[in-house]
Amino acid sequence: MTRLASRLAHWFNRRGWSDLVIALPYVWLLFFFLIPFLIVLAMSFATRTPTAPPFGYGGENPWVNFAGYARLFQDNLYIRAFLTSLGNAFVAMVLCLLLGYPMALGLTRVDRGWRNILLMLVILPFWTSFLLRVYAWMGLMGSNSWFNNLLTAGWNWLVPQAWAVHSIPMMHSNFAVVLVMVYTYLPFMILPLYASLERLDPTLDEAAMDLGTRPFGVFWDVTLPQSIPGIIAGGMLVFIPAAGELVIPTLVGDASRPMIGRVISDEFSSARDWPMASSVAVALLVLMVVPMMVYSHYQARAERVKPK
Amino acid sequence: MPTDQPLIRIENVSKSFGAFQAVQDVSLTIQKGEIFALLGGSGCGKTTLLRMLAGFEDTTSGRIFIDGQDMQGVPPWERPVHMMFQSYALFPHMTVEANVGYGLKHEKLTAAQRQARVHEMLDLVQLTPFATRKPHQISGGQRQRVALGRALARSPKLLLLDEPLAALDKKLREHTQFELMSIQERTGVTFIVVTHDQEEAMTLADRIAVMDKGQVRQVGSPGEVYEFPNSRFVAGFIGSVTAFDAEVAALGDVVSLDVPALGTTVQARPVPDLTLGQKVTLAIRPEKLLLSRAPETGPNVIAGEVKDLAYFGKDSLYRVALPNGTLISVHAVNATRTDDKKADWYDKVWLRFDPASAIILTT
Repeated sequence: MTRLASRLAHWFNRRGWSDLVIALPYVWLLFFFLIPFLIVLAMSFATRTPTAPPFGYGGENPWVNFAGYARLFQDNLYIRAFLTSLGNAFVAMVLCLLLGYPMALGLTRVDRGWRNILLMLVILPFWTSFLLRVYAWMGLMGSNSWFNNLLTAGWNWLVPQAWAVHSIPMMHSNFAVVLVMVYTYLPFMILPLYASLERLDPTLDEAAMDLGTRPFGVFWDVTLPQSIPGIIAGGMLVFIPAAGELVIPTLVGDASRPMIGRVISDEFSSARDWPMASSVAVALLVLMVVPMMVYSHYQARAERVKPK
Repeated sequence: MPTDQPLIRIENVSKSFGAFQAVQDVSLTIQKGEIFALLGGSGCGKTTLLRMLAGFEDTTSGRIFIDGQDMQGVPPWERPVHMMFQSYALFPHMTVEANVGYGLKHEKLTAAQRQARVHEMLDLVQLTPFATRKPHQISGGQRQRVALGRALARSPKLLLLDEPLAALDKKLREHTQFELMSIQERTGVTFIVVTHDQEEAMTLADRIAVMDKGQVRQVGSPGEVYEFPNSRFVAGFIGSVTAFDAEVAALGDVVSLDVPALGTTVQARPVPDLTLGQKVTLAIRPEKLLLSRAPETGPNVIAGEVKDLAYFGKDSLYRVALPNGTLISVHAVNATRTDDKKADWYDKVWLRFDPASAIILTT
């Protein structure tokens, strides 16, 4: 007993602290990601029952039931939902990149004092509740809002009489979903881009100019290739949550073309088909994780080549 | 090789950043094929002058002509000038080959011609085996050569080198110095080297401009600025001197100076425009003093006592205390392996110098 205690004390003194600190995030992930994920995975192979909880194994039900996964391919509701989600998330990601890149680049070019203020402004929307901001957009896009009236007036002024409209139907469309997602996720694109652009050595730009390249060419030859890690990081930070987004499509989206998050939520709560909901959730995860793993595999290989 | 046609004319160039005058009224002409060094401490304006030549900074006033063409308003990408940056500024995402060939994409060349030029450059800087490596996969010295090859690939009229050897260790620096000189000779490109290291400037350059506080203090060959400095600043900046306050006591073929610190009158070679009784500075370089343990007499002999002695192997540095306590540095070559007459700590010694070796400074 004392031997064990002394060995424990020895371990603790030598490297216990660092081990504990390193273990902490793993413990966190174990409890709040891995175990819940295993529960969902197990549920996805269960059978729907009218009992509570609404799934079961054994008895007249098979222990492993692939019905949920099979339906993913049979019912085109799911395929359409996946396609809508991936499409909306992709468009949102590209728009975030196009908007965020000049902003991030601009942040690296202004002087220190301004830079901190502008960085603050990028993060500032997070200080307001996310739901509140989505509701604000709903107000703006609604057919009677001043914003919509303004756009409508502009549209009617620009186009021929025959195309005139009462109001622009923005709400309950994929357009609204993408717009609000771009608004919401833009900071997640700007910050990693800024981090990677800020590290670039400005003398490289001078070197390229010195060798005969005009400023726009310098961006193309020097800045852009070196910011690819930032583009990928920002792209993933936008694409992954956008693809699984539930709140935005529920509030501003087109109910007839639901995104996958909405489908999962409906299967869980209204349809009470937990095995089906779990199958969709697992499929979404696989869809998201596989490209990420491929990317990080190549990233790790590129890192390994770098000596020093 | 220098010819008579001036390649660079810098006319009354000034540059200020706000209230700070980085460069003040600098005028220089640089010949084609020259290695010209801008030498000075940090903040002396040498880098600003270089950046104005490259086109990264505008002149506040004055003009710069390169090969007869006024560079006012010409952007960096249109100047026939390339720069080797102090940090080398290699593109980290490109291979050595791509770095060297980068500037060539603006030339109207076929792929084969470009390839040939890249190979020629890699050959010149001896990097052919490393062509496909990335900059982080080669050593510091190799990176420096990539930067050189890249800057030379488009055959610039003028190559600017910003502290080219500062990032290298001592052994490599000596080797690279000679390599730079031989490459300059083979390509015939005019080099302007910015450095704070006087040894680097002396070995590399045909001519040196010594800069201080934004102004050029003296321009001349390494020998001229070393042996005939025109001011206390230049004398002290290039090499080391021991300086004494002096007063002109007699004029003639040799000038007699009263030097209170030495307690005697010394003779020196005259400089123009001296007047009787003028306060001047007498400067003596450590290696111009002959040290002996045997008593000597005559003009320009100073007696003292060895206070300090540093033995470097090939030579020794003595610090000799004069009767009034002033310390004077003496550099002595250790010409023989054993020398019983060699001075040691606290020995009484006599120092002698040639009148021609004493430097009279009026400013």
